[in-house]
Amino acid sequence: MSGDARMVGDAPVIAAEDVDLSAPLGPLTLPNPLSTASGCAGYGRELARFVPLDQLGTVTTKTIMPYPRSGEAAPRMAETPSGMLNAIGLQGSGIEAFVRQELPWLAERGARVLVSIAGERLEEFTETAERLNGQPGVVGIEVNISGPNVADRGLVFACNPATSYDVVRAVRAVADPQLPVYAKLTPDVTSITEIAAACVHAGADGLSMINTALGLAIDLDTLRPALAAGAGGLSGPALRPIAVRCVYQVHAAMLAGRIPQVPILGMGGIRNGRDALEFTLAGAAGVAVGTALFQDPAAPLRILAELRELLAARGLAKYTDAVGLAHRADSQRTS
Amino acid sequence: MANPLQLRAEVLANRSEGAYHRLVLRAPGVPERVRPGHFATLAVGGESSALLLRRAFSIHRADPVEGTVELVLAAHGAGTRELVASPVGAELDLIAPLGTPFPLPDGPVSALLVGDGYGSAPLFALGAELLRRGGQVGFILGAATADRLYGVDQARALTPDVLVLTEDGSLGLTGRVTDPLAQAVEAIDATVVHAGGPMPTLAGVSAIAAELGIRVHTSVEAEMACGVGICMSCVLPVVGEDGRSRFVRSCTDGPVFDGARVRWADLGTVPADLEGAAAMGVHG
Repeated sequence: MSGDARMVGDAPVIAAEDVDLSAPLGPLTLPNPLSTASGCAGYGRELARFVPLDQLGTVTTKTIMPYPRSGEAAPRMAETPSGMLNAIGLQGSGIEAFVRQELPWLAERGARVLVSIAGERLEEFTETAERLNGQPGVVGIEVNISGPNVADRGLVFACNPATSYDVVRAVRAVADPQLPVYAKLTPDVTSITEIAAACVHAGADGLSMINTALGLAIDLDTLRPALAAGAGGLSGPALRPIAVRCVYQVHAAMLAGRIPQVPILGMGGIRNGRDALEFTLAGAAGVAVGTALFQDPAAPLRILAELRELLAARGLAKYTDAVGLAHRADSQRTS
Repeated sequence: MANPLQLRAEVLANRSEGAYHRLVLRAPGVPERVRPGHFATLAVGGESSALLLRRAFSIHRADPVEGTVELVLAAHGAGTRELVASPVGAELDLIAPLGTPFPLPDGPVSALLVGDGYGSAPLFALGAELLRRGGQVGFILGAATADRLYGVDQARALTPDVLVLTEDGSLGLTGRVTDPLAQAVEAIDATVVHAGGPMPTLAGVSAIAAELGIRVHTSVEAEMACGVGICMSCVLPVVGEDGRSRFVRSCTDGPVFDGARVRWADLGTVPADLEGAAAMGVHG
């Protein structure tokens, strides 16, 4: 890490252990800004063998629908350069099984749970969101309006400002007012700021950025797409510059007053403290680790330790002081 | 689920064995936890490697006295080629043990152990354990070619009942492991079959075991992204205790499955009667 330690101006040197990592999530202050990205940590049980879940800022669950869903046929995954494609297809047992079997277990371990929800119709989103009211351990709802593993990509709500608005507004209306509602956005749109604006105007308390980008790989042995579903979602470091661009653009639009300011949970290929800091400087008020968990399930705590050192080396006493710093000199050029 | 450790494991030996490589890794604390059928994963390259996904290998041997685990690797692609090239003294990021091992009987049984290619790797520790419990074992080991057989000498060190087959006839009988299976079960009066190898082989072994009316436990070779149960990429359609079929994970519910419960013919599909299939637009 020594090669990374650069001072910013005359900033004082701060001991890493003195850096305040606390981060906001709606009415809550989290002990740190690190979450798991949805779909990359299951419901926490298996990850808990490697990371004490109460040491994470939040645990974001795999996306939950109102009913059981088998997901796609195998193969569901293909490795690509610095990334992977997946088409899992939102496999899950549904909201009732989650509330009955998984949530109490998570709550007992002190996990702060950001529950990712989805539906194929608006009512399915609201049905799932409503079921979470009053449940232990839940600290927020992430509305997955951007899952790529649906039969018809044209149905992705987050590709259209009007449908994004409708879903977020409906969820916000039924969810416990104490629970922040985050909208999860896709990068596969012409203008992500337009979608972000629609979600915030609909009442989103925050934005999760970004979901996977749609990709496809072909198996040269079978001469067919490598995934049974054909296309899949690209994740991992290959996605990171796109994700950082999206966070930067939306944060810039907030600074310019074109979107009301809400926290952004940044994600897309984070695998070390540098990556987490990059998202933060672009405007993320929290960061989530996804595909890196597959390579190293213990990654979150390592990333946090690295982030703490990088902040200290730059004289940043508080994590929140770093949020959006990259915009100081020029907040217009790439927005 | 196993209770795994993640650690930097030093490569103590890296030997070429036919078409494969046997890695001996120093992994303190791991061998005591290993049961036959468990597997391990290795990360490829360092933190900045462009190959993100860990590679999974069944654990061949675990030695609590030496503090070592041994894995058998086949260089299939860029990631395994890199691992196979690991020099003695290198450190690899190891997670082990993982998965659900072969079920062990309380008392002596007669078991037939069937390995196709390096799918045989976990069967020798299993065979030794079954013998230790007073049972009897026989082996059928097969591969496409002689250099792709694994562990013939190890099998012979455990029992004289070893049948070897290659598809090209370069060693042993000509044919596949399923060809002499029924006869071998009868010869040693086996009440259970344990098998490791590619899916089509395991499907064939399971079908024959079903015809013979005996139990079969199969260790599947499924592609995994995480190996620890969080990614959901390695699923198979399996019939549960309640009679309902579900996609279950090879990494946590397996890699060892009751071969009679795996819906081998439906691999790569979403069967209409699978739980949650209707939500995918699949109807019976």
